[in-house]
Amino acid sequence: MTEALVEVQNLKKYFPITGGVFSRTVGNVKAVDGVSFTIHKGESFGLVGESGCGKSTIGRTLLRLNDKTDGKVLFKGQDIHQLSKSQLRSIRPKMQIVFQDPFSSLNPRIKIGEAIGEALLSHGLIDRKDLKDRVMETLKICGLAPYHYNRYPHEFSGGQRQRIGIARALILEPEFIVADEPVSALDVSIQAQIINLLTDLQAEKQLTYLFISHDLSVVEHLCDRVGVMYLGSMVEMARKEELFGNPLHPYTKALMSAIPIPDPTLKRERIVLQGDLPSPANPPSGCKFHTRCPLATDLCKEKEPEYRDAGNQHFVACHYA
Amino acid sequence: MAKQTVETKTLVEFKNLKTHFHTSAGVVKAVDDVSFSIREGETLCVVGESGCGKSVTAMSLMRLIETPPGEIAGGEILFEGKDLLKLSKRDMSRLRGNEVAMIFQEPMSSLNPVLTIGEQICEPLILHKNMDRKEAKKRAIELITLVGIPRAEDIFHAYPHELSGGMRQRIMIAIALSCDPKLLIADEPTTALDVTIQAQILDLMREIKTKVNTAIMLITHDLGVVAEMADFVVVMYAGKVIEEAPVIDLFKDPQHPYTKGLLKAKPVLNQKQERLYSIPGQVPNPVELGSNCHFHDRCEFCMEICKTKEPPLRIHGDSKHKTACWLYEEEGKVQ
Ligand SMILES: Nc1ncnc2c1ncn2[C@@H]1O[C@H](COP(=O)(O)OP(=O)(O)OP(=O)(O)O)[C@@H](O)[C@H]1O
Ligand SMILES: Nc1ncnc2c1ncn2[C@@H]1O[C@H](COP(=O)(O)OP(=O)(O)O)[C@@H](O)[C@H]1O
Ligand code: SF4
Ligand code: SF4
Ligand SMILES: [Mg+2]
Ligand SMILES: [Mg+2]
Repeated sequence: MTEALVEVQNLKKYFPITGGVFSRTVGNVKAVDGVSFTIHKGESFGLVGESGCGKSTIGRTLLRLNDKTDGKVLFKGQDIHQLSKSQLRSIRPKMQIVFQDPFSSLNPRIKIGEAIGEALLSHGLIDRKDLKDRVMETLKICGLAPYHYNRYPHEFSGGQRQRIGIARALILEPEFIVADEPVSALDVSIQAQIINLLTDLQAEKQLTYLFISHDLSVVEHLCDRVGVMYLGSMVEMARKEELFGNPLHPYTKALMSAIPIPDPTLKRERIVLQGDLPSPANPPSGCKFHTRCPLATDLCKEKEPEYRDAGNQHFVACHYA
Repeated sequence: MAKQTVETKTLVEFKNLKTHFHTSAGVVKAVDDVSFSIREGETLCVVGESGCGKSVTAMSLMRLIETPPGEIAGGEILFEGKDLLKLSKRDMSRLRGNEVAMIFQEPMSSLNPVLTIGEQICEPLILHKNMDRKEAKKRAIELITLVGIPRAEDIFHAYPHELSGGMRQRIMIAIALSCDPKLLIADEPTTALDVTIQAQILDLMREIKTKVNTAIMLITHDLGVVAEMADFVVVMYAGKVIEEAPVIDLFKDPQHPYTKGLLKAKPVLNQKQERLYSIPGQVPNPVELGSNCHFHDRCEFCMEICKTKEPPLRIHGDSKHKTACWLYEEEGKVQ
């Protein structure tokens, strides 16, 4: 697992805040503010953090579903944001995304079989006569039945819709899939089915995942390496065993201790963070976490901690970690 | 924290409650013959997957089921011995927000956007507690402080949109507590919140319970939340209670195959699993439910009797632990 498939270098994505009579830009939401990481071929990279910390924005910017403000995204060495329209078009099938709620991206009047085959046809990757067979095969791989081909989106349950979302991505034979909260909207018994499906597909097809989730236990189960984000920045990143076994950043520790564990006999010392998440439009000075950090000092308010390797490829941004 | 309850008085008793919805597809038996009790000062968690009838059970108690399409088709809901389903509209609305209060998943939709937080907390105090404006304001500030919001005076004058999701949920809790309810119903109160904010709200609810001793009916789909909060647990599946037990028992010795499956299906932090256990299939269509075990087509232990006869909810060992499954019945054993 050495070959880099995706390299993200100092990526920034700001959204302008407009105001006033002339809709002038009065500020920026720094949704992603200088993030770097590498995803190796065949691995699952997990991205965790609270709502609004920039996870989805990273996922979308990696695939150039929106433009970047600064930095680079390399896919197999090619700078995605420098590609021409036609170059981008030919690389698209290789990089796919699966969303939390695939229903919203499905046309209610188009049969599922056609919806799954659509992109294959429009990319000119298949003859029309072979299309149905390929869709049928993909339905089967994703745990759906042949008779589902002629059904409409509203006839499916949440878990089945997620299988459809996966089938739509998979049929293009991608190398890289961004899965943005693919199980968050599902019930526990269905979550397990989808997680197992994603695991099986990865093994069978040598897929590489960027797996976005706010659920640390799902990420621990599914991912090889994990990055923790806070307000647009990566605050910690390590191999899963390292991150969960030896978390270094105070935010990561708080996040882990906040998760309710299904064992009523367990007594834990919980780190309860004070206060709310600050707005990414107006992030705190110095270390962005200092307003909620139980260990913050004056230094933290003034100086931004360096993001450094604490050994073992375990990266952390904290003055005291 | 979860603790074994001593014998306490029953506060609420659901007795064979049936709440149905008449839809174009047919009758949805959202709550079908549900019975369980909530004891004074206890935290009872109702857990189950989406659509299993948790919210409808709570809304039936509040008498907030829209009729039509909904209808309470049978049963009783006894609150301190009196049947809520027989109360007049007037008596019922006096009970709501006074002896029973409810908070919801999305606090924004239950707050009025054009009234200040202060006005919304004061209203029930003036209405139900006969306080004058000055007393009400004083109490409101106390309540805002009680739910852990700093700068209570400023917040009193703020509007809902100026607060974060976590703060709004705290305000909902403050409003719910304003009249010292005997029962607080919380329907997925932390589902829409981030984990660090969820931890704050759960802490707050525990703290409040020890301070004011209200009973809490907490609806959730998260077994982690159940383990942390519950004294007693009711597990629902497709409109039925399929298992109920004190929290320690339920996690130590789950009996129903569905409960066992749920506990195994969720990855747990710091517990390595090669492959997740997954319950096959999906929740049945609520309009086509027959008289059988509704879990039978997903159950690895399914027997003939399960497909044709409904298992009774009964005690099979510990006196407070009930399960509805043929595996534990003589009739099932002879198969
Ligand atoms: N199109 C947009 N215009 C303006 N601001 C945006 C836009 N998209 C995202 N943002 C802002 O950027 C920040 C990061 O958003 P993002 O959707 O990446 O968060 P996230 O980590 O995926 O959160 P969640 O867990 O809620 O999905 C947020 O403050 C969000 O409001
Ligand atoms: N107003 C309504 N009209 C028709 N069906 C309803 C209505 N409200 C709830 N239901 C149905 O009742 C069942 C139980 O719903 P609910 O109690 O909301 O589930 P949950 O356990 O997720 O809270 C579901 O099948 C739902 O679709
Ligand atoms: S740098 Fe300071 S404020 Fe930031 S995480 Fe470390 S100790 Fe906390
Ligand atoms: S009654 Fe039968 S089908 Fe239902 S849970 Fe028990 S064994 Fe399974
Ligand atoms: Mg997102
Ligand atoms: Mg509900």
